[in-house]
Amino acid sequence: MTATSANPSMVETPGVAWRKQIRFALIGALSSVFIALAGMPVGLDGRSIIQPVLSMGFLSLLWVPFVMATLAGSEVVLEGMTARTRDSRDLLAGGIIGLGSAGGLVLLMVLIQNFNLRDPLVNWSPQLLNLLSFNRSLGVGALLWLLLGLILGVLGAAMHVLPKKLCSRIRTVVLSVLAVSVLETFLTDLLEGFGLEALTDFVYYKRGGLEVGGALLVAALALIIPLLVGTRIKDVKEQVVGLPAEERKRVNLILLAVSAALLLVLPFFLGKIANELLANVGLFVLLALGLNVVVGLAGILDLGYVAFFAVGGYTTAVLTSPNSPGFSPELPWPIALIVVVVITGIVGLFIGAPVIRMRGDYLAIVTLGFGEIIRLLFLSDWLSGWFGGAQGITNIPGVEVGIGTVKGTDPRSVFLLVLVFCAIAIYVSWRLENSRLGRAWMAIREDEDVAEAMGVNTTNTKLMAFVVGAVLASFSGAIFSAKVGSIFPTSFLMLVSIIILVVVIVGGMGNIAGVIVGALVLIGVLGGPKQPGLLQEFSQFKLLIYGALLVWMMLKRPEGLVPNVRRTRELHQEEFLQDAWLKGEIDTDDQEDLQ
Amino acid sequence: MLQITDLSVTFGGLHALKNLQFKVDEGEIVSVIGPNGAGKTTFFNMISGMVTPTAGDIVFEGESLLGLDPSQVTERGIARTFQNVRLFANMTILENVMVAQHCRTDQRVFGALFQTRAFKSEEDAIRNYGEEVLSFFGSRLVGYRLDQPASVLSYANRRRLEIARAMATRPRLLLLDEPVAGMNPRESAELTELIGRLRSEWGFTIVMIEHDMSVVRDVSDRVVVLDHGETIAQGPYSHVANDPKVIEAYLGRPVGSEQTDEEVRP
Repeated sequence: MTATSANPSMVETPGVAWRKQIRFALIGALSSVFIALAGMPVGLDGRSIIQPVLSMGFLSLLWVPFVMATLAGSEVVLEGMTARTRDSRDLLAGGIIGLGSAGGLVLLMVLIQNFNLRDPLVNWSPQLLNLLSFNRSLGVGALLWLLLGLILGVLGAAMHVLPKKLCSRIRTVVLSVLAVSVLETFLTDLLEGFGLEALTDFVYYKRGGLEVGGALLVAALALIIPLLVGTRIKDVKEQVVGLPAEERKRVNLILLAVSAALLLVLPFFLGKIANELLANVGLFVLLALGLNVVVGLAGILDLGYVAFFAVGGYTTAVLTSPNSPGFSPELPWPIALIVVVVITGIVGLFIGAPVIRMRGDYLAIVTLGFGEIIRLLFLSDWLSGWFGGAQGITNIPGVEVGIGTVKGTDPRSVFLLVLVFCAIAIYVSWRLENSRLGRAWMAIREDEDVAEAMGVNTTNTKLMAFVVGAVLASFSGAIFSAKVGSIFPTSFLMLVSIIILVVVIVGGMGNIAGVIVGALVLIGVLGGPKQPGLLQEFSQFKLLIYGALLVWMMLKRPEGLVPNVRRTRELHQEEFLQDAWLKGEIDTDDQEDLQ
Repeated sequence: MLQITDLSVTFGGLHALKNLQFKVDEGEIVSVIGPNGAGKTTFFNMISGMVTPTAGDIVFEGESLLGLDPSQVTERGIARTFQNVRLFANMTILENVMVAQHCRTDQRVFGALFQTRAFKSEEDAIRNYGEEVLSFFGSRLVGYRLDQPASVLSYANRRRLEIARAMATRPRLLLLDEPVAGMNPRESAELTELIGRLRSEWGFTIVMIEHDMSVVRDVSDRVVVLDHGETIAQGPYSHVANDPKVIEAYLGRPVGSEQTDEEVRP
């Protein structure tokens, strides 16, 4: 009432929407049951987050009531409305959602105890029941779950009731603890590289997960560090933005040089596992950067991108391996690379030429087909004289550089090589984006007919995108085959194309930084098509999570994790225009004239 | 300059254009008018290569345009605007006019990657020419930050930007499809003057489709009237406006209703 009387033109948002709360409670219940039956609690139980207290398996269920309650509590405040003051009814609503989600699990437990549906549902097991009832009786387990659900649901709803600052603190702490736990392999590797075994021993439990003390330490740090640096980073940032363009450029260059130097030094402090992991991420960064040129800049939805990866890999194998069945010149890798780039470029032209004439859905399907055709050609008996069919090509030597050899058994050198090529790919994408060609690609993405009418030769320009994308993929292929040492058609399944595309979409289409973040998150944490990520236990749920992430992204954040400004504008045009109008940035001269 | 002979196009059984004869001389401003569905926009699409005629020939400066892609037509020196403004809405204002210079420039991957001197000077030239073209519209477009997306522009300014984009392709013949549609009287008067200056200062020959008769009267040297895909009259405005055939086809309604009638369009 006070808000309304203070400003009579403002309308309060309506109160708790109970119907919506009930809906979210049901969604929560269904999600919990689905996750339980997908086998996540059992499958992920082995991985602990905080040693005796919390495992990844339980976390896979516990987030549901919390997130559902938070989601259900968020309300849209339209222009001209004031957000209402939250009260205990909101907490009650959160509690209901929590109870609902937990209720789903309780129901599942009762059903598992009384019926046997193990035949269609593999995870309908006593093991799951045991886990869900905390190894106690069903009644105790059910009560515990309802209690947990209630608490988490209320907490979730409280995120809207508590002051914003406190909420963000809580979020930072929880996410830091989770992140430190997830990054365990990487961080222990790094810290041990600096000779800090004592610290890792204190923070991490020997067989995985944080120690309670370690978790508390991380939480404390997450609380204190923002307090100490908090505003200072912002101040420095503002200072830099305030600088004249010339100096800002210099600051940016220095920052770039420093981070490049750090990256180059990093591999020497990392152990085998972390280097291997980052090398894999780097290979996908390379692929994703290439696909980003094709999909993100030129707007050509290529679902068969793996074809170029395959051509790059196989050409390298044929040219360098002594075991290559047909033709075996045994070239050194750097020279082979030049040939590989040329050949992949030509293959890009050949595949591109027919494909480019199509648009939209047709184009996507045809590229999908070509991706498979290339793989099947490498697999076929017809060409097995050259490519070895299903036996593939083995014994591919590493990369001879002046100081040593880059090969799979030495992940550090592979990572360094990958870094160099990533740098090249980033430079190429960046320069091309801001050139005549890049503008033409954007114009084609916006409106192909008009681009053509404005003098852009769309066929050539799109072919160029295809070829640039192919060449970047061939780098990745060449490194891949030198790293693995052998090459088989099974490495180039359609799934790889899809995963690269997901990396680009989740990271942020059309944005170099986004693509790198996407690869780090997806390939680094969840794992690639065959490469394990930090969460090795996730491998069986990888595709499920990829899919869920993709759906969520498309609904809530179609511009990706690190969005490209232009792309965001495209996807949120209405909001953008509304904002611009409210800020008075849209010119309204014709309307003024009319009056 | 542009010579069109016996041009016909059929979509299925529909004759969009029938045996059209049309001619533009260097430095002329020609208006094409006609009731809705008369084939005016098809006529433009045909010249700019977006629709292939079923019969006839289009000769521009002694060279046939038949079988050329739209981009090649633009390269020959014909640029157009669209009836329903089609800007690259998410590119900036400046980028819109920069990309239009594509066929007049030729730096490729190599230049961009190695930042050659030729590449840099060409980028500067593209930028400068883009700004020059935009400055033609005076404070209308230059007052904006040129790095804003084209989508923030008002309707009238989008039309202006579209003309600027066509100008940036360095054409000799400019095809304007309803340049003042959706503008208020003051703005259309202003644009009328600008169309005159496009000829006098930039040396463009202009063919324009327009419904606003005051604009047609003020700028055109010659008016061509289309109806059902056929030319039914041509000549100076005063002559055409009094032609009984034109009045029947185009103005054949109670006096004063033609304006309101024509404003009902998407």
